[in-house]
Amino acid sequence: MKLSVKSLLGLRELTREEIEFILEQAASFKEINYRPVKKVPTLRGKTIINLFFEPSTRTKTSFEIAGKRLSADVVNFSASQSSLTKGETLSDTARNLEAMKPDLLVVRAQASGVPEMLSRLVSTPLINAGDGCHEHPTQGLLDLFTVRERKQKIDGLKIAIVGDIRNSRVARSDIYGFRKLGAEVTVVGPATMIPPGIEELGCKVAYHLEPLLPEMDVLMMLRIQLERGSGKFFPGSREYSKFFGLSLKKLERAKADVLIMHPGPVNRGVELSPEVADGPFSVILDQVENGVAVRMALLYLFCGGMDAASS
Amino acid sequence: MAGKRKVMDSEEIRRALLRVAHEIVERNKGVKDLVLIGIRRGGEQIASRLAKIIQEIEGRSVPCGFMDVTMYRDDLYHMRHQPEVHQTQVNFAVEDKVVVLVDDVLFTGRTIRAAMDSVIDLGRPREIQLAVLVDRGHREFPIRADFVGRNLPTARTDLVNVVLEKDGKKDRVELVESAKPKEKV
Repeated sequence: MKLSVKSLLGLRELTREEIEFILEQAASFKEINYRPVKKVPTLRGKTIINLFFEPSTRTKTSFEIAGKRLSADVVNFSASQSSLTKGETLSDTARNLEAMKPDLLVVRAQASGVPEMLSRLVSTPLINAGDGCHEHPTQGLLDLFTVRERKQKIDGLKIAIVGDIRNSRVARSDIYGFRKLGAEVTVVGPATMIPPGIEELGCKVAYHLEPLLPEMDVLMMLRIQLERGSGKFFPGSREYSKFFGLSLKKLERAKADVLIMHPGPVNRGVELSPEVADGPFSVILDQVENGVAVRMALLYLFCGGMDAASS
Repeated sequence: MAGKRKVMDSEEIRRALLRVAHEIVERNKGVKDLVLIGIRRGGEQIASRLAKIIQEIEGRSVPCGFMDVTMYRDDLYHMRHQPEVHQTQVNFAVEDKVVVLVDDVLFTGRTIRAAMDSVIDLGRPREIQLAVLVDRGHREFPIRADFVGRNLPTARTDLVNVVLEKDGKKDRVELVESAKPKEKV
């Protein structure tokens, strides 16, 4: 199967079949991570530049490991040590990097739309590693992969995405992804953090978590993004935790096979109590593990082939 | 026009595999340290059948795994887009084992080169051997099979189709003569 897009900007642009194909491919790549020698020669001779304009541990490391396990040469670029601090514009930086002939750019940006803008500017294929409040497609895909691995299906599942919907790119990618694969998605959070019109993406909206708990198959607990000013939208983290956090006591009302997910980094005691974050229902570390497999599949699919080389 | 003719029927395939299984056991003096790895997707079915026959004749089972060698191919960047990768399922250690690679058709030898690299990444086997149902010639690498079901003279542009079904009744090997070279996907 050939993907219809040259760059991965968001899950909005992918069809259900394309998403399922990527998940299948990720399953094939996962096995490499358990080998004694965790490296295959697949992307030998390919250069990938990780262009991170915003701090990140998980995503950057995950992309770097994925690239290296496929034998690509991975170059990391972070904004704080770059010419951007000398006043170079974003587009000049991108054009200069492209002149060094990479085969793929992985872009993380603070502002929504940066990867889209760069993809029009450069001819190198590009993967969005999270942009502002827009999308974080690789996180969306690894969330889908993790749920599908645990539940053997996505069709018909009930997914609650809880918390800071307003600032969350993960929420948007998850809504597109889970809806396309047939799940029912409800976003839950304080009214101040639910952007108006979000239901146009095909999800339901709720303002109280507890009544939803008995029917949900998956609870996607989003991080409160204090760096994006989340703190202004609710009185305090203790109150947030009381209404929208998960404790062992609240979990008693949930399904016996509920999955607790979190894109990380967890604010312990706010979104999740430590007992829940480390408890038996939590698949947070599975998400991280699967992230490498999903990104290997994406690097493979977006990095190679004559089409990519000749364009 | 391309002519298609059957070169092996289900009985011939059954006998060939029976002989190959005996040869594998004979050459290795039993099944100690022996493991089979079928190359996806053509070698999958053949490896499973050989494992079953060997179990019947030796009374001991041999570990049987499957391997996808797409990630090791030397022509990845000559294709229009990336081919689909299938799962590698080798749930045993190959360290110090005698690995018998199994494929349906041996042609240029490029797949086997990729498979050998792939096996070596899983560990250091004591020996790697190769069993194929059909050897059709036209090698591009210095590779030969240890166990061959049928040597089949072909033209380079011919196609060899191996059709193996689960129940085995309609199994066949077909030679499609002078067809256009198979278009790479």
